[in-house]
Amino acid sequence: MDLHTLTLADARRLLDEKKISSRELTGSLLDRIAAHDDTIKSFAFLDSADALAQADAADQQIAAGIQTAFAGIPMAMKDLLCTKGMRTSCGSRILDNFVPRYDATVVKKFRQARGVILGKTNMDEFGMGSSTENSGYFPTKNPWNEKYVPGGSSGGSAAAVASQFCSAALATDTGGSIRQPASHCGVVGLKPTYGRVSRFGLVSYASSLDQIGPIARTVEDAALIMNLIAGHDPLDSTSASKDVPDFTTGLAAFDKHSLRGMTVGIPREYLGMEGVDPDVLAVFDNARQVLKDLGAKIVEVSLPHTAYVVAAYYIIAPCEASSNLARFDGVKYGFRAHQADDLIDMYKQTRSEGFGKEVQRRIIIGTYALSAGYYEAYYGKASQVRALIMEDFSRAFDVCDILLSPVAPTPAFRLGEKVDDPLTMYLTDIFTLSANMAGVPGISVPGGFSANGLPIGIQMMAGRFDELSLVRAGYGIEKSLCLNRRFPTL
Amino acid sequence: MKISPQEVENIAHLARLEIDDQSKASLCEQLSGILDYMDKLAHVDVQDVKPVSGAAFMENVLREDTVCPSPGPDVTLANAPHKEDDYYLVPRVVKQPGR
Repeated sequence: MDLHTLTLADARRLLDEKKISSRELTGSLLDRIAAHDDTIKSFAFLDSADALAQADAADQQIAAGIQTAFAGIPMAMKDLLCTKGMRTSCGSRILDNFVPRYDATVVKKFRQARGVILGKTNMDEFGMGSSTENSGYFPTKNPWNEKYVPGGSSGGSAAAVASQFCSAALATDTGGSIRQPASHCGVVGLKPTYGRVSRFGLVSYASSLDQIGPIARTVEDAALIMNLIAGHDPLDSTSASKDVPDFTTGLAAFDKHSLRGMTVGIPREYLGMEGVDPDVLAVFDNARQVLKDLGAKIVEVSLPHTAYVVAAYYIIAPCEASSNLARFDGVKYGFRAHQADDLIDMYKQTRSEGFGKEVQRRIIIGTYALSAGYYEAYYGKASQVRALIMEDFSRAFDVCDILLSPVAPTPAFRLGEKVDDPLTMYLTDIFTLSANMAGVPGISVPGGFSANGLPIGIQMMAGRFDELSLVRAGYGIEKSLCLNRRFPTL
Repeated sequence: MKISPQEVENIAHLARLEIDDQSKASLCEQLSGILDYMDKLAHVDVQDVKPVSGAAFMENVLREDTVCPSPGPDVTLANAPHKEDDYYLVPRVVKQPGR
């Protein structure tokens, strides 16, 4: 049996039936990583001995008949999530030697459920980027074609899952960082509602936009992970005290009419948008037809402030980043430049040597937009536009259950193609930013392939706390297209 | 909106960053381009729109003030690049006269 092909749900069943052990499963994934990750470069940190020790502990628990949902299941963690005793660098040189003394809440839940942390996955520095080329260490390659980017910022997580190095990973999404790499790598990525999952221990980039969610190869696996990570946490005051449903109930009754009663909105502003690749449009049209065939009603809706989303987002996110990243000053943790002779010089040298170009660029934009004389015109205005964008979404969800759109305007682009042109890179985020601005959940599921064989995803967004509709519709698309059985050849 | 090298330098100082001359030139150009793009927000009518600072419809969160165990200085200082006893060690805060 090729253990690396197992989904999380399959692995769970085989572990429970004692047909495989976690050591066998973990060992086989580690072998596969050793054989291929020199090329893909999806992992930033790997500790095989530690992973196998976690697997053995899980095997003992399973043998003792104690059931926990993730016992013995290996997963990867994006390097932005704090892991106690395990290096956490956030893709940044400034945290090169940082070893957290506590676990992020999602990591803690995973460990308590006896999951096996394989390692930490590569990313754009602090989550700032759409290609993983902004990693302070090395770029990750797209497993479908190594000349192309895997997307970002969770490019390492998406590439690892697509490469079958693990069945799933926990990642984060501030403006599309789960959904866009999932689309570019042909896997499933779910960004939950803001507040659905605790952000405690997620190293903050833009606190009003950040959210943790799963990247997996099937919608069912993403739902299983949601069951683990969702819920209120006293350590995150923005986490919601809302009942958490069993997200797998969204999968229950798949048949050819399973979306009957669901209304799918197509935002008028997304149709005929310039710069959208014809292959992306074809995949989008096909998905619309699939949803219709499954019984959904398709309606056109309007999101009138779509043209302003990128501008408002790229003011708000850098403003929050400039404030959040002030904590990296060479005093409490991480790298410190040693040649400075007074405190201010030490701060400046540490930060200039420790942060990469894009992070410094965003800190400068944010500091500028928040500075006296510019605050009202930039941050103030963007926060008002954000209110209008939120209104657009709540109006749209008055008339439909989910919104359908592309994930990105093009399939994955070539490594190096956009790295020196920040604005062009920002504009590629047009379809994903809104979900973070409005705080609504979004999912990316595989929808097809480009003419040159690169995966293209489909995005769906739902009203706040309605991840179940996304699971339901995503499962419908997955079952109809069966794309989750196609993998890249490494 | 054109950003001058002097402005970049001022902002960099506020953000505690040091930008070398070569990066300054390309940063001026990139920032001017990005801010030009942001200027499209000027066309949005936001009269009477209340700004939002987040996506959660938040309430104030209160809790009992209970005593919890503290991680202690060893754990807190474990990642410090420089420390002495239970303190973080930093370079001189006040410049030496004449320097």
